[in-house]
Amino acid sequence: MTGIVILALAALAAVGFGLYRRHVDGRFVPHADATPTAWDQVAAATPSARAGELATLVQFSSAFCAPCRTTRVVLADVAAQEDGVRHVEIDAEEHLGLVRALDVRRTPTTLVLDAAGHEVLRASGAPQKHQVLAAIAHSAGAPR
Amino acid sequence: MTGGGGIDPRGPRFTASVTAVLLAAALVVPEAVATALVAVLAVLFAIGAGLGVQRTPTGVVFRTLIRPRLTPPADLEDPAPPRFAQGVGLAFAVVALVGYLAGAVLVAQVAVGLALVAALLNAVFGFCLGCEMYLLGARFRGARATL
Repeated sequence: MTGIVILALAALAAVGFGLYRRHVDGRFVPHADATPTAWDQVAAATPSARAGELATLVQFSSAFCAPCRTTRVVLADVAAQEDGVRHVEIDAEEHLGLVRALDVRRTPTTLVLDAAGHEVLRASGAPQKHQVLAAIAHSAGAPR
Repeated sequence: MTGGGGIDPRGPRFTASVTAVLLAAALVVPEAVATALVAVLAVLFAIGAGLGVQRTPTGVVFRTLIRPRLTPPADLEDPAPPRFAQGVGLAFAVVALVGYLAGAVLVAQVAVGLALVAALLNAVFGFCLGCEMYLLGARFRGARATL
């Protein structure tokens, strides 16, 4: 009898969580900037990284992460296609201090930084190209 | 981050579907049958974790019988994340097996239930368990190292 209850709970939990994630994944939402700015944190952790003049797409990836690869392809494509947009990819495991400073909880997580290096939006889970383009447009238009 | 040799992403999801059915069955059949099912699952997970999902019996069935009937995949994926997930499944299956053998049926069923959630998320939603756990584990380990 308990087996059936556990089965029902497991099915409910899986469907509920799966639908929630399907809703959240790839969606860019506003997120508070780090101090002093998100880019300052990124640059301190990865000195060789360069920001975009218009926007910077900062991607956190990890091992054993299939959607990270999809995200990499999408973001690299957008960066190649759009002037002034750069893609920076960071291995979360190698930069745990940065992960904590920017409150990154999952991979892939994509941060959209504006021209001044402030974080404007972020998305966890793999975004689609149109979502990334809309996020960049929003961040470029956002008053700072 | 490993650069993938590339497997059809539908293969691991097929394996997860079969796994989900077996795990669900284990929750409703008599204890002795459940113990046997979980033992079989543990062996399957061990093969998947050691050799990769594509070398499990379900992986072989997918490759030889099912995939030829499907259109080619849009993309190939890295086999490492599904292999990690098989390792997680193995851990749950071992806990469940020990639970059944020791008579701790509730413990065993909870372990089966958790594995079932993971298998369903994978089969139905293509959810990447490794992405979730790996970073959390790294953050946890990193935090302890700085104490």
